[in-house]
Amino acid sequence: MTTTAVAVDHADQHGHDAHAHPPTSTGVSNEKVAMWAFLGSECLLFGALISTFFLYRDRAPLGTVKPHDLYDIPFTSGSSFILLMSSLTMVLALSAFRRGEHRRSSVWLATTAILGAIFLGGQIYEFSVFVREGMTMKTNPASSAFYVLTGFHGTHVAIGVLMLLALVGMIARGKLPQAKAEVIEIAGLYWHFVDVVWVVVFTVVYLLPL
Amino acid sequence: MTSVLEPTVTTADIRPIDSRALSRPQVNTGFWSWITSVDHKRVGIMYGVTAMAFFVIGGLEALLIRVQLAAPNGRILDANAYNQVFTMHGTTMVFLVVMPLGAAFMNYLIPLQIGARDVAFPRLNAFSYWTFLVGGLFLYSSVFLGGMPNGGWFGYAPNTSIVYSPGHNIDFWIGGLLLTGIASTVGAVNLIVTCINLRAKGMTWFRMPIFTWMSLVTQFLLLFALPVITIALFLLMFDRNFGANFFNPANGGDPVLWQHLFWLFGHPEVYIMIMPAFGIVSEVIPTFARKPLFGYPVMVVSGIAIGFMGWGVWVHHMFSVGLGPVSLTAFSISTMFIAVPTGVKIFNWVGTMWKGSLRYTSAMMFSIGLVAMFTIGGLSGVTHSVSPHDRQQTDTYYIVAHFHYVLFGGALFGIFAGIYFWYPKVFGQILDKRLGKIHFWMWFVGFNMTFAPMHILGLQGMPRRIYTYPEGTGWEVWNAVASVGSFVLAAALLVFFYNIRKTDKKHKREAILVGGDPWDARSLEWSIPSPTPEYNFIESPEVHSVDDWWHKKYTEDSEGRMMKLPEYDEVLASGNKGLEPGQTVHLPSPSYYPIIASACLMLAAYGLVYGRSSGANYLLCVLGIGLLIATVEAWGLEPSTEPHDSLDDPDADLLFGLTPAEADRVLAGGHDTPALGAGATPEEPTS
Repeated sequence: MTTTAVAVDHADQHGHDAHAHPPTSTGVSNEKVAMWAFLGSECLLFGALISTFFLYRDRAPLGTVKPHDLYDIPFTSGSSFILLMSSLTMVLALSAFRRGEHRRSSVWLATTAILGAIFLGGQIYEFSVFVREGMTMKTNPASSAFYVLTGFHGTHVAIGVLMLLALVGMIARGKLPQAKAEVIEIAGLYWHFVDVVWVVVFTVVYLLPL
Repeated sequence: MTSVLEPTVTTADIRPIDSRALSRPQVNTGFWSWITSVDHKRVGIMYGVTAMAFFVIGGLEALLIRVQLAAPNGRILDANAYNQVFTMHGTTMVFLVVMPLGAAFMNYLIPLQIGARDVAFPRLNAFSYWTFLVGGLFLYSSVFLGGMPNGGWFGYAPNTSIVYSPGHNIDFWIGGLLLTGIASTVGAVNLIVTCINLRAKGMTWFRMPIFTWMSLVTQFLLLFALPVITIALFLLMFDRNFGANFFNPANGGDPVLWQHLFWLFGHPEVYIMIMPAFGIVSEVIPTFARKPLFGYPVMVVSGIAIGFMGWGVWVHHMFSVGLGPVSLTAFSISTMFIAVPTGVKIFNWVGTMWKGSLRYTSAMMFSIGLVAMFTIGGLSGVTHSVSPHDRQQTDTYYIVAHFHYVLFGGALFGIFAGIYFWYPKVFGQILDKRLGKIHFWMWFVGFNMTFAPMHILGLQGMPRRIYTYPEGTGWEVWNAVASVGSFVLAAALLVFFYNIRKTDKKHKREAILVGGDPWDARSLEWSIPSPTPEYNFIESPEVHSVDDWWHKKYTEDSEGRMMKLPEYDEVLASGNKGLEPGQTVHLPSPSYYPIIASACLMLAAYGLVYGRSSGANYLLCVLGIGLLIATVEAWGLEPSTEPHDSLDDPDADLLFGLTPAEADRVLAGGHDTPALGAGATPEEPTS
């Protein structure tokens, strides 16, 4: 045997999973298992926040404004629809990349990021309207719970937008070869998760009557 | 050994360095090699050493407490200082000692026990360690910045809200716990993936060593428990920094919410602390009883059961809150039930020792100590599950006695068993047996002297967290005994440190070499030389049964008696084999980014603390997060080795996606390197 290179660093590099099905014990790549584990942890994060909101959504001393007094359901439904559509464009981006159409894929990724950004813009607008109507973080437990829960979700969307833009940049610079298509799939897992959480948050926060 | 491992790089291999700010460092020895290391073994050692340093600090705090309470009207500390000391004692021991000591063992051992060459994400592993370290330093920096946290390790709101704790003490507590929480969450993801994906060929779930199993359960508990306290800490931070009302009763906030969130984390947390110790003694006892672990599958399943049931008992920390008879009954019953899988473990350890040929090494003594002491702690735990009884005990020293019996008598006894057991594997030296026994007996006597009297003190009605007490309460004698005991414990720890020093001198003086398998042990980590070579295994092992290494050495005769296999000596010798001349092993280069990323987080944490005094300080957060994003970007684009060797052009980076199994195939086939690349030919990069 001459010089023998033994591979060690299974997955620690910028998401190279060499093959569509890397030969790990389970056949699923390390990065993908890691993302699933992380999302499991995120469920408890949002679970704790949603429970807090449930507990507090009606806690407002008399004479203070609470979230349910201010909701603009048609507006938020619109921005929710936009966010849900971004899951579709995310899927299209992955499918284009898998077919080798990298330019098209980055267009879809950018579209996804823009839709996410529009959702965020809607949230900022909504927050500013609520503040003008007299409901701030300090108003009552219900308002605190509302801002922290939806704000936490918004932060997750913002991180997702950054991630998508980074992918667009990587494709533009040719740093994302075909073999690394799974990077897009994993970013997509995160993105879809954030969307699914919004479905729950929208239902719990906006649609369920007091 | 290391000389063989020096990268075989000539100048011809070095390609022009690209424009990245920091190329991967290439030092293998000295200070910077530790700062930049991504080797799971070094990370494990750093976890262990750091946690030991914090153990000394937390221990000194404990001594302060005991000196203060040794006699009535103690005047060493005033009330505020006492609050800081007991808060930091608890916080340190939980977050900076027991958890990271567990992490030290898990980092070092999991890859070895499952036959892997490293954890799934080596750089993230280093990042976990550095984030834990900066979290600890951040917490203790409060000493110089206005005072240490003083709200108890449980941080009950609204006592910790801004009205009652206007100083920065609690802000440091929040920031420090958020940092260590990030460290543990990242570590949990990493080690879970490692256990799931990097097992050697043939290592099915029920062939996995018991320590790795218990670690896996621990990591799942961490994964799901930490987000809950993260949210609790965030809510408290929003209350303090931004005037939110989560725990503000004046405005309709509910203090009980904090208790639920904290204990929903806090109870799994106690299993997070004890499970690694259970795993350790489950490895030590079979080795020194020279019998297989009694009921291995039952041990695994009861560990998993504890992991699940640990989520359904948190309200027993809140029996005196007044939650109503239904929840009290339900949680009383669930708390009694969780004693069942725990009891199963105790019986199985006893069953393992039963009729074994016991060898009373230091590791074995500490393990037996765990079985005995944890049983006492477990039984006093069952007494609090009876909620009317708990009303009598809550917030008394009886509780203090109970949790020290499970966490000191359990976790710390187990961890020291592990230190004595794996010390030769990690450092290539066997700790002195006589000093080990002196350590054990002083530890055992000091422990019982300190904490057994607290049962009585508690039943006499001595409340927890009081900084002093008047004469004539009847608490004087037992408090004095406990204080003497705490100094015996401190002396025992000094014996341990002396042992380390003496052993090191002796091994160096007499040039003693420890074989790969000094204890005639059972799992894969003993099938390689001691100390573990940088590359772990030359070839990825193939596993045929649980305790695979043992079955390579021993078999049973027709009457079920253990006997050596004829190839025993040959197998043992194979375990001491290093690389042959000319063989090199490809390892990932160290990296600067993990420590940089951790430093960014620390910066952001200071921003959170001081943002409360002046909004401009939040710029520190912005700066920290901004730098973190830049770091993550650079981290993501970092090549796996530096300088690139001939294999490592951008496409052949893919080589490193190979698993041990795949690398093994290449080894077996005797292909030379180009064939490696062929297996992983990437598709055409496009741009």
